[in-house]
Amino acid sequence: MTITTTGQDTATANVPLTARDRKSNLHALDVEKIRQDFPILQQRINGRPLAYLDNAATTQKPRAVIDALQHYYARDNANIHRGVHELSVRATEGYERARTIVQRFLNAADPREIIFTRGTTEAINLVAASYGRKHIGPGDEIIVSAMEHHSNIVPWQLLCEQTGARLRVIPINDDGEILLDAYDALLTPRTRLVAVVHLSNVLGTINPVHEIIQRAHRHGVPVLVDGAQSAAHLPVDVQALDCDFYAFSGHKVFGPTGIGVLYGKAALLREMPPYQGGGDMISRVSFEGPTYKDIPYKFEAGTPNIAGVIGLGVALEYVNRIGLERIAAYEHELLDYATRSLLAIPQVRLIGTAKAKASVLSFVLAGAHPHDIGTILNQMGVAIRTGHHCAQPVMDRFGVPATARASLAFYNTTADIDALVAGIHKVLEVFG
Amino acid sequence: MTSELQDLYQELILDHYKRPHNQRHLDDADHQAEGYNPLCGDRVSVYLKLDGNRIKEVAFQGAGCAISTASASMMTDALKGKTVEEVRELFDKFHALVTGRLENPEAGPDLGKLEVFAGVSQYPVRVKCATLAWHTLEAALEQRGGVVSTE
Repeated sequence: MTITTTGQDTATANVPLTARDRKSNLHALDVEKIRQDFPILQQRINGRPLAYLDNAATTQKPRAVIDALQHYYARDNANIHRGVHELSVRATEGYERARTIVQRFLNAADPREIIFTRGTTEAINLVAASYGRKHIGPGDEIIVSAMEHHSNIVPWQLLCEQTGARLRVIPINDDGEILLDAYDALLTPRTRLVAVVHLSNVLGTINPVHEIIQRAHRHGVPVLVDGAQSAAHLPVDVQALDCDFYAFSGHKVFGPTGIGVLYGKAALLREMPPYQGGGDMISRVSFEGPTYKDIPYKFEAGTPNIAGVIGLGVALEYVNRIGLERIAAYEHELLDYATRSLLAIPQVRLIGTAKAKASVLSFVLAGAHPHDIGTILNQMGVAIRTGHHCAQPVMDRFGVPATARASLAFYNTTADIDALVAGIHKVLEVFG
Repeated sequence: MTSELQDLYQELILDHYKRPHNQRHLDDADHQAEGYNPLCGDRVSVYLKLDGNRIKEVAFQGAGCAISTASASMMTDALKGKTVEEVRELFDKFHALVTGRLENPEAGPDLGKLEVFAGVSQYPVRVKCATLAWHTLEAALEQRGGVVSTE
């Protein structure tokens, strides 16, 4: 990363550069060139250049993705898997090609292990409804961690209400790290499933999911990994992780909203009952009963979000061209810079100080509520999220009603961080 | 500070945020309710003591942003001695003020110091902060059980 000299008028100019900053051109991304690919970043908000630091909520879309959606609707739109005409063939090819792009992105063994959903939330609900209905009953236990997003809590609570199973919670320490010893104690003969987030949307913690999976597998327990945040920031290899399910959302990885992915091991998916019934998921229907298609179609009832799937494929190809290893290295340095910049402000308290972190900086400010921080930063052109981030148990754990959260992507620069820091100084001026 | 920010964060609002009035539990309250804004996690409890149809005492407790805390504080100042009908009229006018729909500022009750919240109308996402305490007050007057949510 190139440490720019912009923002000399802010406090961050006093943050010393480390040797690693100077060597950072090892991972150099041409961020200014990358930014040209994102039309939305070229605007001013309240008279200032937009500093978009709300990437954990959703990411911006490169021109290639916007063009792909336009192209699909202008040239190829048709229903898939049924038409003999040219447009249907094109739409089907585009849709299935995207499935193989996702397969390679996750290094899944087989494209049939890739199921398209509306997003991470629907992917987790699919597992809870389908796997859960078949395998989980009264007295059984499901393990989640204390840092889960509501979308990896509530589907399991619904399942528990329906089946009489119990939800168990792995505690975290004050830095926001999972306590593995406590996890071991929770793994018992009653455990049926572990569902855990890869990268926390509030704390930025990178969880040791490989270790978590290995320990569960020693008890014969499958593991679902919530990859909503990790897919855009960390290289993921589902075979190396040996996870049983992995879920992520297109819109958090530079693709369209309304499209997501559930990866599942083929053997598990095959013996799971369908999640929804309808067209495109059956091979034959009579009033005596239906015969279901093989995976993945068994889980894709109804006409899917075809344009969204194609857009997601284009987004993942865009990410692949830059390379997630390089993205992760660049973002790691930017996170370091941002962390040092924020910690140089005495009134800042960081929420989430794990040793292994990526892309997320949650903080509270003495004397100013996150909601007021967000309003004042917006006035300065800086977009952050404030609130509980759909993770109220994390707020309770750290004893705060809400946090302010800046979250990074590879198109962010030190100038964005400097704008954040200048905005925080403005907050302190108002509330001082 | 930019002028838009000054319009929102008026000196009087910041004063009430830092030193809220009537922020305490009212032990002998005869009406009370709890309000919650799930968007930002703000919580407020409003306690009332009525003398017939007239508000004798009013207090609040809770943690929130500058706008919601100052609004609760200034609301309690404004309510003392008013009848329930006067309170409802005041809330209607306050609501019109913060949502930018106040067509005739001369008509109806005098908003007094509450006029400092006029700047909120430029920040639609903050309207719920300014009205949380008032919605909670309404629930307390109606003796509705449970928690009032802004969502």
